[in-house]
Amino acid sequence: MVGKRLSSPQELEQLRKHILSRRHTEQTVITVCTGTACQTYGSLHVFQALTEEIKRQGLAASVVTAKPTGCHGFCEKGPVIVIFPQEICYVKVKLADVPEIVSKTLAQGEIIDRLLYLDPVTGQKIARDPEIPFYKNQMRLLLGNNRYINPRDIEDYIALGGYHALCKALFQMTPEQVLQEIKKSNLRGRGGGGFPTGIKWETTRNAPGEPKYVIVNCDEGDPGAYMDRSLMEGNPHSVLEGLIIGAYAIGSHQGFIYVRQEYPIACENTVEAIKQAEEYGLLGENILGSGFDFSVKIHCGAGAFVSGESTALMSAIEGKVGEPKMKYIHTAVSGIKGKPSCLNNVETWATVPLIINKGAEWFASIGTERSKGTKIFSLVGKVNNTGLVEVPMGMTLRRLIYDIGGGIPGGKKFKAVQTGGPSGGVIPEQYLDTPIDFDELTRLGSMMGSGGMVVMDEDTCMVDTARFFINFCCEESCGKCIPCREGLRILREILTAICEGRGRDEDIEAIEEIARVMQDASLCALGTTAANPVLTTLRYFRSEYEAHIKEKRCPARACKRLTSYYIVPEKCTACMICLRNCPTGAIHGAKNIVHWIEQEKCIKCNTCFEVCPPRFHAVTRISGEPLPPPPSPNTPVLRQKRGE
Amino acid sequence: MAVKKSSTKRSATTRLVREAVQKYQGDQDMLIQILLDLQSTLGWLPRETLEDVSRQLQVPLTRVYQIATYYKAFSLAPRGRHIIKVCLGTACQVRGSPRLLDTICTMLNLRPNETSKDMRFTLETVNCLGCCAMGPVIVVDRTYYGKPSTSDLKKILEAAK
Repeated sequence: MVGKRLSSPQELEQLRKHILSRRHTEQTVITVCTGTACQTYGSLHVFQALTEEIKRQGLAASVVTAKPTGCHGFCEKGPVIVIFPQEICYVKVKLADVPEIVSKTLAQGEIIDRLLYLDPVTGQKIARDPEIPFYKNQMRLLLGNNRYINPRDIEDYIALGGYHALCKALFQMTPEQVLQEIKKSNLRGRGGGGFPTGIKWETTRNAPGEPKYVIVNCDEGDPGAYMDRSLMEGNPHSVLEGLIIGAYAIGSHQGFIYVRQEYPIACENTVEAIKQAEEYGLLGENILGSGFDFSVKIHCGAGAFVSGESTALMSAIEGKVGEPKMKYIHTAVSGIKGKPSCLNNVETWATVPLIINKGAEWFASIGTERSKGTKIFSLVGKVNNTGLVEVPMGMTLRRLIYDIGGGIPGGKKFKAVQTGGPSGGVIPEQYLDTPIDFDELTRLGSMMGSGGMVVMDEDTCMVDTARFFINFCCEESCGKCIPCREGLRILREILTAICEGRGRDEDIEAIEEIARVMQDASLCALGTTAANPVLTTLRYFRSEYEAHIKEKRCPARACKRLTSYYIVPEKCTACMICLRNCPTGAIHGAKNIVHWIEQEKCIKCNTCFEVCPPRFHAVTRISGEPLPPPPSPNTPVLRQKRGE
Repeated sequence: MAVKKSSTKRSATTRLVREAVQKYQGDQDMLIQILLDLQSTLGWLPRETLEDVSRQLQVPLTRVYQIATYYKAFSLAPRGRHIIKVCLGTACQVRGSPRLLDTICTMLNLRPNETSKDMRFTLETVNCLGCCAMGPVIVVDRTYYGKPSTSDLKKILEAAK
């Protein structure tokens, strides 16, 4: 492994050709998603078994190779396997399937029907992954390469044309031209704020003071969002390449990547990527012989949501407590150690090489008038196809949730979609045809945020959702400024009281007043936006608040204190399933004897409701009305004869 | 005898701290990274360790404590052999993580952020682990489990001795 260091763009091109020549076009490559979600389903074991099985069955490495990749995005169906060049996609693969995959598909090209994705709409099996509706309706500019790349192998990235944009920037463009290209593309920051990236870069470039710093923000704390994690885990070099190009345009020679501590695989892959990029002469001194020097350090976060805020993150990089500061001067001018510091989100940096390669006009042709390009959303919650979804800006929420997400599971009714994390809000059904872009979502009282989309169905209580977010912010608030610290605490008290049936008529007014003060007077964005989830739920679901306060009723039957579980004696078939699963032994009955719940023992864990077979539907939740008395002891089951 | 024992223990931590500090060339900006390394080796941060860090890195003990108490990754008390984290992020919340947490609390007879008397388990909550697609998620040590049923939970907890 001597002499890997590349000292000119020509050498990079030669290396690319060399890598491609080593890989035969007729070679079958089987890729196994080893993103965190698929790992949970055992994808690492599947990968290992595949490698061993390929060897055992005597398939030569020149014919078949197995490769671990980053997240493909279709997390619901993990572990996901894709076999190239045919692009055959197998979902929910188990260890036991491995020998068959090797002997049939890899050795003979035969497709195994049972492992294919079943389209629930048409009832048809789909063999190739580009044809699966989940993928077909997306535009995967950033995420698409994850399925080809082993994140621990820089050569995979180079083989796909990686670092070509860097060559173009360093050798064919001046830093001013790179900057102009980004400005012309109208790229806006993907971390939530939507600030024009080019203008931010220009500010740092023109700010007095040396050295200048560039920073990757991978402190992805928004609950319900994990696209930064998947990019950083699955394609770290795309982020690095964007960062180096940005540093060149800004005139920075030192970069930082701040990764959240909760993402160990992202940390490891980034460390490895930096090491390999240094070995290949793509980082460090005199990059590719251009005379441009740039190095990168990685910082692991230590667990604080507010550290994702730009000033707080920079404090953390300085080894201090990550508390936000007042932005009298923007961090682009005075950031780390008072020096100009340009901070962008993972997705923003990863978009940069695309713009340099394909041009600003191409990028600006995608999306809406004021929001360009694609955006990755994590579509989660009560939706059939959960996973990461990349679509052009301007797609409607309805298409995203129904065409790509496959709608709501279990025939339930859609209630709302929560966007933008704890700073965002909920969007109800009547706005499902809104095109997704920065400004449209803000107009609805929510925001783009980092791109989390949590779908909620009729079983989700909106007051409880608001309470959840306020509780989250309350725990994560650094406590430095009073409106945020105290405002959140009081909001939490009021909302908890409402959820527990202790709400008072004047509470809604109090909530609105506190929210206003927090918006006006908090120090950082955490405080000014923390009330958004409460305000949007109040705006669109006021009747739910009123039902909790006036009728002591939770319409979604989710708030524990306001809900009771009850087994309808006429429907109970005494199948013993709920009785056996109850963790507290609150359910009484026996074979052929109708079951009933001892309310004093019930902890409302929902287990009985979940396990009661849908064809019986005997366990019900009751809220806001008196509980019927339990059946008299030893009531025998009412058996219906067949056909009745 | 007791004195000798504690002093050997003391010198062992001092050595650990020295190694961690040297790894980052004594850079004071790297305080958080140094503490993270120590936390992962020791499982928690005893007072003597923090004093060693303060002395060797030449930063005031107050600043070391400020960091160690501010960030969630650090623990100032010993933790159990197995760390159970229950994700309470939005996606998990919508899919029933509060109920899951209650069930685990009942099973272990622990509340969040408590450690069992036999030092077997520490129960913690987190605000999003970034594997929202499989929620509700729990992590035992470094293994993730998605949508565990009550009977799954029993098996998972029994397996962690």
